[in-house]
Amino acid sequence: MSVDAVTVRRIAHLARIAVAEDEVDHLQGELNAMLAFVAQLEEVDVAGVEPMTSVTPMAMKKRHDVVTAGGIADDIVHNAPATDDHFFLVPKVVE
Amino acid sequence: MSELTSLTLAAARDGLRSKEFSAVELADAHLLAMEKARALNAYVLETPERALAMAKAADARIALGKAGPLEGIPLAVKDLFCTEAVRTTACSHILDNFVPTYDSTVTAQLWRDGAVLLGKTNNDEFAMGSSNETSYFGPVTSPWRRKGSNTRLTPGGSSGGSAAAVAAHLCLGATGTDTGGSIRQPAAFTGTVGIKPTYGRVSRWGIVAFASSLDQAGPFTRTVRDAAILLRSMAGPDDKDTTCADVPVPDYEAAVGRSVKGLRIGVPKEYRLEGMPAEIEKIWEQGRAWLKAAGAELVEVSLPHTKYALPAYYIVAPAEASSNLARYDGVRYGLREPGGDIREMYEKTRAAGFGAEVRRRIMIGTYVLSAGYYDAYYLRAQKVRTLIKRDFEQVFDAGVHAILTPATPSAAFGLGEKGGADPVEMYLNDIFTVTVNMAGLPGIAVPAGLDGQGLPLGLQLIGRPFDEETLFATAEVIEQAAGRFTPKPWW
Repeated sequence: MSVDAVTVRRIAHLARIAVAEDEVDHLQGELNAMLAFVAQLEEVDVAGVEPMTSVTPMAMKKRHDVVTAGGIADDIVHNAPATDDHFFLVPKVVE
Repeated sequence: MSELTSLTLAAARDGLRSKEFSAVELADAHLLAMEKARALNAYVLETPERALAMAKAADARIALGKAGPLEGIPLAVKDLFCTEAVRTTACSHILDNFVPTYDSTVTAQLWRDGAVLLGKTNNDEFAMGSSNETSYFGPVTSPWRRKGSNTRLTPGGSSGGSAAAVAAHLCLGATGTDTGGSIRQPAAFTGTVGIKPTYGRVSRWGIVAFASSLDQAGPFTRTVRDAAILLRSMAGPDDKDTTCADVPVPDYEAAVGRSVKGLRIGVPKEYRLEGMPAEIEKIWEQGRAWLKAAGAELVEVSLPHTKYALPAYYIVAPAEASSNLARYDGVRYGLREPGGDIREMYEKTRAAGFGAEVRRRIMIGTYVLSAGYYDAYYLRAQKVRTLIKRDFEQVFDAGVHAILTPATPSAAFGLGEKGGADPVEMYLNDIFTVTVNMAGLPGIAVPAGLDGQGLPLGLQLIGRPFDEETLFATAEVIEQAAGRFTPKPWW
Protein backbone atom coordinates (compact mmCIF):
# COMPACT_ATOMS: atom_id res chain seq x y z
CA MET A 1 0.00 0.00 0.00
CA SER A 2 1.14 3.55 -0.59
CA VAL A 3 -0.25 7.01 0.00
CA ASP A 4 -1.03 9.69 -2.60
CA ALA A 5 -0.93 13.45 -2.16
CA VAL A 6 -4.61 13.63 -1.18
CA THR A 7 -4.06 11.07 1.58
CA VAL A 8 -1.00 12.96 2.85
CA ARG A 9 -3.12 16.10 3.21
CA ARG A 10 -5.89 14.11 4.92
CA ILE A 11 -3.45 12.54 7.43
CA ALA A 12 -1.90 15.93 8.14
CA HIS A 13 -5.34 17.31 8.87
CA LEU A 14 -6.22 14.36 11.15
CA ALA A 15 -2.92 14.88 12.97
CA ARG A 16 -3.57 18.65 13.22
CA ILE A 17 -0.28 19.54 11.60
CA ALA A 18 -0.27 22.28 8.97
CA VAL A 19 1.51 21.11 5.83
CA ALA A 20 2.48 23.58 3.12
CA GLU A 21 1.75 22.62 -0.49
CA ASP A 22 5.46 22.38 -1.31
CA GLU A 23 6.04 19.89 1.53
CA VAL A 24 3.49 17.33 0.35
CA ASP A 25 5.71 15.71 -2.28
CA HIS A 26 8.58 15.16 0.09
CA LEU A 27 6.35 13.86 2.89
CA GLN A 28 4.62 11.50 0.52
CA GLY A 29 8.01 9.98 -0.43
CA GLU A 30 9.05 9.54 3.20
CA LEU A 31 5.75 8.02 4.31
CA ASN A 32 5.84 5.62 1.38
CA ALA A 33 9.41 4.59 2.27
CA MET A 34 8.17 3.70 5.75
CA LEU A 35 5.12 1.86 4.41
CA ALA A 36 7.32 -0.12 2.01
CA PHE A 37 9.52 -1.09 4.94
CA VAL A 38 6.64 -2.32 7.12
CA ALA A 39 5.03 -4.16 4.19
CA GLN A 40 7.18 -7.23 4.99
CA LEU A 41 4.79 -7.94 7.87
CA GLU A 42 2.30 -9.14 5.26
CA GLU A 43 4.33 -12.36 4.87
CA VAL A 44 3.89 -13.35 8.57
CA ASP A 45 1.21 -15.95 9.27
CA VAL A 46 -0.85 -14.39 12.05
CA ALA A 47 -3.88 -16.70 11.78
CA GLY A 48 -5.22 -17.45 15.24
CA VAL A 49 -2.68 -15.16 16.99
CA GLU A 50 -4.03 -12.84 19.66
CA PRO A 51 -2.92 -9.21 19.29
CA MET A 52 -0.76 -8.08 22.21
CA THR A 53 -2.56 -5.80 24.63
CA SER A 54 -0.15 -5.94 27.57
CA VAL A 55 3.52 -6.83 27.34
CA THR A 56 3.72 -8.12 30.91
CA PRO A 57 0.86 -10.17 32.29
CA MET A 58 -0.55 -8.00 35.05
CA ALA A 59 -3.88 -7.04 36.50
CA MET A 60 -4.52 -3.33 36.12
CA LYS A 61 -3.93 -1.59 39.42
CA LYS A 62 -6.90 0.33 40.70
CA ARG A 63 -7.07 3.08 43.25
CA HIS A 64 -9.85 4.70 45.19
CA ASP A 65 -11.67 7.45 43.33
CA VAL A 66 -10.50 10.26 45.57
CA VAL A 67 -8.63 13.52 45.11
CA THR A 68 -4.91 12.88 45.71
CA ALA A 69 -3.51 16.23 44.65
CA GLY A 70 -6.23 18.85 44.67
CA GLY A 71 -6.13 22.59 45.11
CA ILE A 72 -3.23 23.16 42.72
CA ALA A 73 -4.86 25.29 40.05
CA ASP A 74 -1.85 27.64 40.09
CA ASP A 75 0.42 24.71 39.20
CA ILE A 76 -1.89 23.49 36.47
CA VAL A 77 -2.01 26.80 34.58
CA HIS A 78 1.64 27.60 35.39
CA ASN A 79 2.92 26.75 31.89
CA ALA A 80 -0.11 27.78 29.85
CA PRO A 81 0.49 30.26 27.00
CA ALA A 82 -2.70 32.23 27.80
CA THR A 83 -4.82 32.11 30.95
CA ASP A 84 -7.35 34.21 32.79
CA ASP A 85 -8.10 33.52 36.43
CA HIS A 86 -7.26 29.78 36.30
CA PHE A 87 -8.94 29.34 32.92
CA PHE A 88 -7.09 28.38 29.73
CA LEU A 89 -7.74 30.88 26.96
CA VAL A 90 -8.23 29.66 23.37
CA PRO A 91 -9.25 31.33 20.11
CA LYS A 92 -12.97 31.45 19.36
CA VAL A 93 -14.42 27.92 18.91
CA VAL A 94 -18.08 28.70 18.14
CA GLU A 95 -19.16 31.59 15.92
CA MET B 1 39.88 15.44 33.68
CA SER B 2 40.53 15.74 37.35
CA GLU B 3 40.84 12.69 39.55
CA LEU B 4 37.43 13.23 41.13
CA THR B 5 35.60 13.06 37.80
CA SER B 6 37.38 9.81 36.90
CA LEU B 7 36.03 7.92 39.90
CA THR B 8 33.43 5.24 39.52
CA LEU B 9 30.11 5.95 41.21
CA ALA B 10 30.87 3.19 43.75
CA ALA B 11 34.30 4.65 44.56
CA ALA B 12 32.86 8.16 44.89
CA ARG B 13 30.17 6.86 47.24
CA ASP B 14 32.82 5.23 49.44
CA GLY B 15 35.08 8.29 49.30
CA LEU B 16 32.23 10.58 50.37
CA ARG B 17 31.30 8.34 53.29
CA SER B 18 34.87 8.13 54.51
CA LYS B 19 35.14 11.93 54.03
CA GLU B 20 38.16 11.77 51.68
CA PHE B 21 36.42 14.58 49.79
CA SER B 22 33.14 16.44 50.09
CA ALA B 23 30.05 16.37 47.90
CA VAL B 24 30.65 20.05 47.14
CA GLU B 25 34.19 19.29 45.92
CA LEU B 26 32.86 16.45 43.81
CA ALA B 27 30.11 18.62 42.30
CA ASP B 28 32.59 21.46 41.67
CA ALA B 29 34.97 19.16 39.80
CA HIS B 30 32.13 18.03 37.54
CA LEU B 31 30.78 21.53 36.93
CA LEU B 32 34.26 22.58 35.84
CA ALA B 33 34.54 19.59 33.50
CA MET B 34 31.11 20.42 32.03
CA GLU B 35 32.16 24.00 31.37
CA LYS B 36 35.22 22.82 29.46
CA ALA B 37 33.20 20.28 27.46
CA ARG B 38 30.47 22.54 26.08
CA ALA B 39 31.67 21.77 22.54
CA LEU B 40 30.17 18.29 22.95
CA ASN B 41 26.67 19.78 23.49
CA ALA B 42 25.92 16.91 25.91
CA TYR B 43 23.98 19.15 28.30
CA VAL B 44 21.10 21.34 27.15
CA LEU B 45 20.87 22.91 30.60
CA GLU B 46 23.49 23.11 33.35
CA THR B 47 22.19 23.63 36.89
CA PRO B 48 25.30 24.66 38.86
CA GLU B 49 23.49 26.56 41.63
CA ARG B 50 21.12 23.71 42.29
CA ALA B 51 24.00 21.22 42.14
CA LEU B 52 25.98 23.10 44.78
CA ALA B 53 22.95 23.54 47.03
CA MET B 54 22.13 19.83 46.77
CA ALA B 55 25.77 18.90 47.39
CA LYS B 56 25.90 21.11 50.46
CA ALA B 57 22.78 19.43 51.84
CA ALA B 58 24.34 16.03 51.07
CA ASP B 59 27.49 16.96 52.99
CA ALA B 60 25.31 17.92 55.96
CA ARG B 61 23.52 14.56 55.89
CA ILE B 62 26.84 12.70 55.59
CA ALA B 63 28.14 14.61 58.62
CA LEU B 64 25.04 13.54 60.58
CA GLY B 65 25.55 9.91 59.54
CA LYS B 66 22.29 10.00 57.58
CA ALA B 67 23.68 9.40 54.08
CA GLY B 68 21.31 7.88 51.50
CA PRO B 69 22.44 5.25 48.97
CA LEU B 70 23.41 7.97 46.43
CA GLU B 71 24.33 10.70 48.88
CA GLY B 72 26.35 13.42 47.13
CA ILE B 73 26.60 11.56 43.79
CA PRO B 74 26.45 14.06 40.87
CA LEU B 75 24.20 12.83 38.08
CA ALA B 76 22.90 14.03 34.73
CA VAL B 77 19.24 13.65 33.77
CA LYS B 78 17.95 13.15 30.25
CA ASP B 79 15.75 16.11 29.31
CA LEU B 80 12.78 13.75 29.04
CA PHE B 81 12.38 13.49 32.83
CA CYS B 82 10.34 16.23 34.48
CA THR B 83 12.36 18.05 37.12
CA GLU B 84 10.66 20.44 39.47
CA ALA B 85 11.43 24.09 38.66
CA VAL B 86 14.06 22.99 36.12
CA ARG B 87 13.22 23.44 32.43
CA THR B 88 12.26 20.16 30.74
CA THR B 89 11.90 20.21 26.97
CA ALA B 90 12.22 16.68 25.49
CA CYS B 91 14.58 18.69 23.22
CA SER B 92 11.57 19.92 21.27
CA HIS B 93 10.70 23.48 20.28
CA ILE B 94 7.12 22.77 21.32
CA LEU B 95 8.23 22.43 24.96
CA ASP B 96 11.26 24.70 25.09
CA ASN B 97 9.71 27.00 27.70
CA PHE B 98 8.22 24.24 29.87
CA VAL B 99 9.10 24.32 33.57
CA PRO B 100 7.46 21.45 35.48
CA THR B 101 5.97 22.04 38.91
CA TYR B 102 6.78 18.45 39.90
CA ASP B 103 9.49 15.79 39.63
CA SER B 104 9.15 12.48 37.77
CA THR B 105 9.01 9.48 40.10
CA VAL B 106 12.49 8.43 38.95
CA THR B 107 14.13 11.78 39.68
CA ALA B 108 12.22 12.15 42.95
CA GLN B 109 13.69 8.79 44.03
CA LEU B 110 17.20 9.90 43.03
CA TRP B 111 16.90 13.04 45.18
CA ARG B 112 15.33 10.97 48.00
CA ASP B 113 18.51 8.85 47.95
CA GLY B 114 20.79 11.91 48.07
CA ALA B 115 21.84 12.38 44.43
CA VAL B 116 22.90 15.79 43.05
CA LEU B 117 21.53 17.21 39.77
CA LEU B 118 24.26 18.58 37.46
CA GLY B 119 21.97 19.37 34.55
CA LYS B 120 19.69 18.08 31.81
CA THR B 121 21.13 16.16 28.88
CA ASN B 122 20.49 16.37 25.17
CA ASN B 123 18.44 13.79 23.30
CA ASP B 124 16.66 13.24 20.03
CA GLU B 125 13.40 15.22 19.95
CA PHE B 126 10.82 13.27 22.01
CA ALA B 127 13.40 10.42 21.99
CA MET B 128 12.73 9.80 18.29
CA GLY B 129 16.08 9.09 16.72
CA SER B 130 19.24 7.00 16.90
CA SER B 131 21.91 9.68 16.50
CA ASN B 132 20.78 12.64 18.63
CA GLU B 133 20.53 14.64 15.40
CA THR B 134 16.79 15.37 15.70
CA SER B 135 17.28 17.47 18.88
CA TYR B 136 16.02 21.05 18.67
CA PHE B 137 19.28 22.00 20.45
CA GLY B 138 21.46 20.38 17.79
CA PRO B 139 23.36 17.08 17.85
CA VAL B 140 25.70 15.86 20.56
CA THR B 141 29.28 15.22 19.47
CA SER B 142 30.70 11.98 20.78
CA PRO B 143 33.82 12.22 22.97
CA TRP B 144 35.14 9.36 20.82
CA ARG B 145 36.97 9.90 17.53
CA ARG B 146 38.28 7.52 14.92
CA LYS B 147 42.04 7.04 15.12
CA GLY B 148 43.77 9.93 13.36
CA SER B 149 40.52 11.64 12.36
CA ASN B 150 38.67 14.78 13.47
CA THR B 151 35.34 13.66 12.02
CA ARG B 152 32.52 14.40 14.45
CA LEU B 153 30.80 11.16 15.42
CA THR B 154 27.41 10.51 16.93
CA PRO B 155 27.22 9.22 20.51
CA GLY B 156 24.05 7.42 19.37
CA GLY B 157 20.53 8.21 20.38
CA SER B 158 18.12 8.98 21.58
CA SER B 159 19.88 9.33 24.97
CA GLY B 160 23.03 10.70 23.28
CA GLY B 161 23.71 13.47 25.80
CA SER B 162 23.55 11.12 28.77
CA ALA B 163 25.87 8.60 27.09
CA ALA B 164 28.37 11.29 26.06
CA ALA B 165 28.30 12.92 29.51
CA VAL B 166 29.08 9.61 31.23
CA ALA B 167 31.79 8.66 28.71
CA ALA B 168 33.46 12.11 28.87
CA HIS B 169 33.44 12.12 32.70
CA LEU B 170 30.94 14.99 32.93
CA CYS B 171 28.92 13.09 35.58
CA LEU B 172 29.19 9.82 37.49
CA GLY B 173 26.00 8.43 36.01
CA ALA B 174 22.98 9.53 34.04
CA THR B 175 19.38 8.59 33.38
CA GLY B 176 18.11 7.55 29.98
CA THR B 177 14.98 6.15 28.41
CA ASP B 178 14.77 3.29 25.94
CA THR B 179 11.84 2.73 23.57
CA GLY B 180 13.66 0.80 20.81
CA GLY B 181 17.31 0.94 21.89
CA SER B 182 17.76 4.51 23.11
CA ILE B 183 19.85 3.45 26.13
CA ARG B 184 21.68 0.40 24.79
CA GLN B 185 22.73 1.78 21.37
CA PRO B 186 24.32 5.00 22.76
CA ALA B 187 25.92 2.96 25.56
CA ALA B 188 27.50 0.69 22.93
CA PHE B 189 28.65 3.70 20.85
CA THR B 190 30.32 5.42 23.80
CA GLY B 191 31.88 2.50 25.70
CA THR B 192 29.49 2.90 28.64
CA VAL B 193 27.13 0.53 30.41
CA GLY B 194 23.40 0.99 29.86
CA ILE B 195 20.46 -1.10 30.96
CA LYS B 196 16.83 -1.08 29.88
CA PRO B 197 15.00 -2.83 32.69
CA THR B 198 11.94 -5.06 32.33
CA TYR B 199 8.82 -3.16 31.26
CA GLY B 200 7.15 -2.15 34.52
CA ARG B 201 10.30 -2.22 36.65
CA VAL B 202 10.66 1.57 36.64
CA SER B 203 7.82 4.07 36.89
CA ARG B 204 7.14 6.11 33.78
CA TRP B 205 5.29 8.81 35.73
CA GLY B 206 6.61 12.27 34.91
CA ILE B 207 8.68 11.10 31.94
CA VAL B 208 7.65 12.70 28.65
CA ALA B 209 5.86 9.86 26.86
CA PHE B 210 6.87 8.56 23.43
CA ALA B 211 5.36 5.04 23.08
CA SER B 212 3.85 4.01 26.38
CA SER B 213 3.90 0.22 25.89
CA LEU B 214 7.61 0.32 25.01
CA ASP B 215 9.15 3.20 27.03
CA GLN B 216 11.28 2.29 30.01
CA ALA B 217 13.86 4.33 31.95
CA GLY B 218 17.30 3.08 32.97
CA PRO B 219 20.79 4.23 33.94
CA PHE B 220 24.07 4.95 32.09
CA THR B 221 27.29 4.43 34.01
CA ARG B 222 30.95 3.56 33.46
CA THR B 223 30.79 0.17 35.21
CA VAL B 224 28.29 -2.65 35.64
CA ARG B 225 28.38 -2.20 39.42
CA ASP B 226 27.52 1.49 39.06
CA ALA B 227 24.54 0.62 36.85
CA ALA B 228 23.32 -1.83 39.50
CA ILE B 229 23.57 0.86 42.20
CA LEU B 230 21.77 3.48 40.13
CA LEU B 231 18.98 1.20 38.89
CA ARG B 232 18.11 0.20 42.43
CA SER B 233 17.33 3.83 43.26
CA MET B 234 15.40 4.42 40.02
CA ALA B 235 13.22 1.29 40.21
CA GLY B 236 10.27 0.21 42.31
CA PRO B 237 6.49 0.21 42.58
CA ASP B 238 4.62 3.47 42.02
CA ASP B 239 0.90 4.06 42.50
CA LYS B 240 1.03 6.89 39.98
CA ASP B 241 1.85 4.48 37.10
CA THR B 242 -0.63 1.63 36.68
CA THR B 243 1.85 -0.25 34.46
CA CYS B 244 4.58 -0.12 37.10
CA ALA B 245 4.84 -3.59 38.66
CA ASP B 246 4.26 -4.19 42.36
CA VAL B 247 7.37 -6.30 42.77
CA PRO B 248 10.16 -5.58 45.23
CA VAL B 249 13.50 -4.33 43.89
CA PRO B 250 16.39 -6.65 44.71
CA ASP B 251 19.81 -5.46 45.86
CA TYR B 252 21.24 -5.42 42.34
CA GLU B 253 24.75 -4.65 43.53
CA ALA B 254 24.81 -7.99 45.34
CA ALA B 255 24.40 -9.73 41.98
CA VAL B 256 27.58 -8.10 40.62
CA GLY B 257 30.35 -10.66 41.03
CA ARG B 258 27.93 -13.56 41.36
CA SER B 259 29.19 -16.63 39.51
CA VAL B 260 27.76 -17.45 36.08
CA LYS B 261 28.88 -21.07 36.36
CA GLY B 262 26.18 -23.37 35.02
CA LEU B 263 24.12 -20.53 33.46
CA ARG B 264 22.76 -21.36 30.02
CA ILE B 265 23.40 -18.48 27.63
CA GLY B 266 21.49 -18.48 24.36
CA VAL B 267 23.05 -17.33 21.09
CA PRO B 268 20.30 -16.55 18.58
CA LYS B 269 21.17 -17.57 15.03
CA GLU B 270 18.85 -14.93 13.55
CA TYR B 271 21.13 -12.17 14.87
CA ARG B 272 23.86 -13.23 12.47
CA LEU B 273 23.04 -10.75 9.73
CA GLU B 274 24.21 -10.86 6.18
CA GLY B 275 26.71 -8.08 5.56
CA MET B 276 27.39 -7.53 9.26
CA PRO B 277 30.92 -6.14 9.79
CA ALA B 278 33.45 -8.88 10.64
CA GLU B 279 34.45 -6.93 13.75
CA ILE B 280 30.94 -7.25 15.19
CA GLU B 281 30.97 -11.01 14.59
CA LYS B 282 34.43 -11.18 16.18
CA ILE B 283 33.43 -9.33 19.35
CA TRP B 284 30.33 -11.52 19.66
CA GLU B 285 32.52 -14.63 19.39
CA GLN B 286 34.87 -13.14 21.99
CA GLY B 287 31.92 -12.60 24.33
CA ARG B 288 30.88 -16.21 23.96
CA ALA B 289 34.42 -17.34 24.76
CA TRP B 290 34.59 -15.14 27.90
CA LEU B 291 31.32 -16.50 29.26
CA LYS B 292 32.33 -20.07 28.46
CA ALA B 293 35.63 -19.58 30.29
CA ALA B 294 33.63 -18.34 33.30
CA GLY B 295 31.69 -21.59 33.36
CA ALA B 296 28.53 -20.69 31.43
CA GLU B 297 27.09 -23.05 28.88
CA LEU B 298 26.55 -21.53 25.43
CA VAL B 299 23.65 -22.86 23.36
CA GLU B 300 22.41 -21.86 19.94
CA VAL B 301 18.78 -20.72 20.05
CA SER B 302 16.26 -19.59 17.47
CA LEU B 303 14.07 -16.46 17.58
CA PRO B 304 12.37 -16.89 14.20
CA HIS B 305 10.41 -13.61 14.17
CA THR B 306 13.44 -11.39 14.82
CA LYS B 307 13.41 -9.76 11.37
CA TYR B 308 9.81 -8.61 11.85
CA ALA B 309 10.47 -6.76 15.10
CA LEU B 310 11.70 -3.55 13.47
CA PRO B 311 8.85 -3.19 10.94
CA ALA B 312 6.29 -4.03 13.66
CA TYR B 313 7.96 -1.43 15.90
CA TYR B 314 7.59 1.22 13.20
CA ILE B 315 3.84 0.70 13.33
CA VAL B 316 3.33 0.31 17.09
CA ALA B 317 5.66 3.11 18.24
CA PRO B 318 4.41 5.84 15.84
CA ALA B 319 0.79 4.83 16.57
CA GLU B 320 1.31 5.30 20.29
CA ALA B 321 3.32 8.47 19.68
CA SER B 322 0.58 10.01 17.55
CA SER B 323 -1.79 9.51 20.46
CA ASN B 324 0.62 10.65 23.19
CA LEU B 325 1.74 13.75 21.30
CA ALA B 326 -1.84 14.89 20.69
CA ARG B 327 -1.54 16.70 24.02
CA TYR B 328 0.77 19.35 22.51
CA ASP B 329 -1.96 21.66 21.29
CA GLY B 330 -0.83 25.11 22.39
CA VAL B 331 -3.47 25.29 25.12
CA ARG B 332 -2.17 23.95 28.43
CA TYR B 333 1.59 24.28 28.05
CA GLY B 334 4.31 24.80 25.51
CA LEU B 335 4.45 26.74 22.31
CA ARG B 336 1.44 28.49 20.81
CA GLU B 337 1.29 29.95 17.31
CA PRO B 338 -1.64 32.32 16.77
CA GLY B 339 -4.42 31.25 14.40
CA GLY B 340 -7.76 32.65 13.25
CA ASP B 341 -9.72 29.87 14.89
CA ILE B 342 -8.82 27.05 17.27
CA ARG B 343 -8.15 24.53 14.51
CA GLU B 344 -5.75 26.83 12.72
CA MET B 345 -4.03 27.52 16.05
CA TYR B 346 -3.56 23.77 16.65
CA GLU B 347 -2.25 23.12 13.16
CA LYS B 348 0.17 26.06 13.10
CA THR B 349 1.41 25.34 16.63
CA ARG B 350 2.14 21.70 15.86
CA ALA B 351 3.73 22.48 12.49
CA ALA B 352 6.06 25.03 14.08
CA GLY B 353 6.73 23.09 17.28
CA PHE B 354 7.56 19.60 16.01
CA GLY B 355 10.68 18.79 14.00
CA ALA B 356 10.65 16.80 10.76
CA GLU B 357 11.19 13.34 12.28
CA VAL B 358 8.48 13.85 14.91
CA ARG B 359 6.00 15.16 12.32
CA ARG B 360 6.73 12.16 10.12
CA ARG B 361 6.15 9.68 12.93
CA ILE B 362 2.95 11.34 14.12
CA MET B 363 1.65 11.20 10.56
CA ILE B 364 2.53 7.54 10.00
CA GLY B 365 0.98 6.74 13.40
CA THR B 366 -2.17 8.65 12.51
CA TYR B 367 -2.38 6.77 9.21
CA VAL B 368 -2.00 3.25 10.67
CA LEU B 369 -4.68 3.99 13.27
CA SER B 370 -7.10 5.59 10.82
CA ALA B 371 -10.36 4.01 9.67
CA GLY B 372 -9.78 1.35 7.04
CA TYR B 373 -6.10 0.83 7.84
CA TYR B 374 -6.22 -0.17 11.51
CA ASP B 375 -6.60 -3.92 10.87
CA ALA B 376 -4.07 -4.10 8.06
CA TYR B 377 -1.35 -2.27 9.98
CA TYR B 378 -1.86 -1.79 13.70
CA LEU B 379 -3.72 -4.98 14.55
CA ARG B 380 -1.35 -7.08 12.44
CA ALA B 381 1.67 -5.47 14.10
CA GLN B 382 0.25 -6.27 17.56
CA LYS B 383 -0.18 -9.90 16.50
CA VAL B 384 3.41 -10.01 15.25
CA ARG B 385 4.42 -8.57 18.60
CA THR B 386 2.75 -11.54 20.32
CA LEU B 387 4.85 -13.85 18.13
CA ILE B 388 8.07 -11.99 18.92
CA LYS B 389 7.40 -12.32 22.63
CA ARG B 390 6.48 -15.99 22.22
CA ASP B 391 9.88 -16.65 20.57
CA PHE B 392 11.63 -15.42 23.70
CA GLU B 393 9.27 -17.30 26.04
CA GLN B 394 10.00 -20.58 24.29
CA VAL B 395 13.75 -20.04 24.59
CA PHE B 396 13.52 -19.16 28.29
CA ASP B 397 11.13 -22.08 28.94
CA ALA B 398 13.76 -24.38 27.43
CA GLY B 399 16.09 -23.45 30.28
CA VAL B 400 18.05 -20.51 28.84
CA HIS B 401 18.89 -17.89 31.51
CA ALA B 402 20.03 -15.05 29.27
CA ILE B 403 20.72 -14.32 25.60
CA LEU B 404 23.94 -12.85 24.20
CA THR B 405 23.89 -10.69 21.05
CA PRO B 406 25.82 -7.76 19.59
CA ALA B 407 24.37 -4.44 20.82
CA THR B 408 24.52 -2.67 17.45
CA PRO B 409 25.17 -3.69 13.84
CA SER B 410 28.14 -1.25 13.59
CA ALA B 411 30.33 1.12 15.58
CA ALA B 412 29.39 4.82 15.84
CA PHE B 413 28.96 6.69 12.54
CA GLY B 414 29.62 10.30 11.61
CA LEU B 415 27.11 13.09 12.14
CA GLY B 416 25.11 13.60 8.96
CA GLU B 417 26.16 10.24 7.51
CA LYS B 418 22.89 8.36 7.81
CA GLY B 419 19.18 8.76 7.12
CA GLY B 420 19.43 11.83 4.89
CA ALA B 421 17.65 10.28 1.92
CA ASP B 422 15.79 7.35 3.50
CA PRO B 423 14.62 7.41 7.13
CA VAL B 424 14.71 3.59 7.24
CA GLU B 425 18.53 3.61 6.99
CA MET B 426 18.69 5.22 10.44
CA TYR B 427 16.04 2.91 11.86
CA LEU B 428 18.19 -0.17 11.11
CA ASN B 429 20.52 0.87 13.95
CA ASP B 430 18.04 -0.59 16.42
CA ILE B 431 17.76 -3.99 14.78
CA PHE B 432 19.31 -5.88 17.74
CA THR B 433 17.73 -3.83 20.52
CA VAL B 434 14.14 -3.27 19.39
CA THR B 435 13.09 -6.91 19.86
CA VAL B 436 13.68 -6.50 23.60
CA ASN B 437 11.24 -3.58 23.89
CA MET B 438 8.65 -5.40 21.82
CA ALA B 439 8.85 -8.31 24.29
CA GLY B 440 9.10 -6.11 27.41
CA LEU B 441 12.32 -7.82 28.53
CA PRO B 442 15.37 -6.41 30.31
CA GLY B 443 18.50 -5.81 28.20
CA ILE B 444 21.94 -4.50 29.10
CA ALA B 445 24.69 -3.16 26.82
CA VAL B 446 28.22 -3.61 28.09
CA PRO B 447 31.46 -2.47 26.42
CA ALA B 448 33.39 -5.40 24.95
CA GLY B 449 36.24 -3.90 22.95
CA LEU B 450 37.39 -1.39 20.34
CA ASP B 451 37.21 -1.79 16.58
CA GLY B 452 40.10 -1.26 14.16
CA GLN B 453 39.45 2.51 14.15
CA GLY B 454 39.56 2.68 17.94
CA LEU B 455 35.80 2.98 18.49
CA PRO B 456 33.91 1.10 21.20
CA LEU B 457 31.78 -1.95 20.46
CA GLY B 458 29.22 -3.35 22.87
CA LEU B 459 27.53 -6.64 23.59
CA GLN B 460 23.93 -7.01 24.66
CA LEU B 461 22.54 -9.47 27.19
CA ILE B 462 18.78 -10.08 27.22
CA GLY B 463 17.17 -11.52 30.35
CA ARG B 464 14.01 -13.12 31.61
CA PRO B 465 11.31 -10.72 32.85
CA PHE B 466 12.33 -9.07 36.14
CA ASP B 467 15.66 -10.91 36.22
CA GLU B 468 17.99 -7.95 35.85
CA GLU B 469 20.25 -9.63 38.42
CA THR B 470 21.41 -12.30 35.97
CA LEU B 471 22.20 -9.53 33.48
CA PHE B 472 24.35 -7.69 36.03
CA ALA B 473 26.18 -10.92 37.01
CA THR B 474 26.83 -11.87 33.38
CA ALA B 475 27.73 -8.36 32.21
CA GLU B 476 30.27 -8.13 35.03
CA VAL B 477 32.06 -11.20 33.61
CA ILE B 478 32.33 -9.42 30.25
CA GLU B 479 33.52 -6.19 31.89
CA GLN B 480 36.17 -8.03 33.90
CA ALA B 481 37.43 -9.77 30.75
CA ALA B 482 37.18 -6.82 28.35
CA GLY B 483 38.31 -4.02 30.65
CA ARG B 484 36.98 -0.48 30.51
CA PHE B 485 37.28 2.05 27.71
CA THR B 486 37.79 5.79 28.11
CA PRO B 487 38.03 8.36 25.29
CA LYS B 488 41.13 10.58 25.17
CA PRO B 489 40.02 14.15 25.88
CA TRP B 490 40.34 16.47 22.83
CA TRP B 491 37.64 18.94 23.81
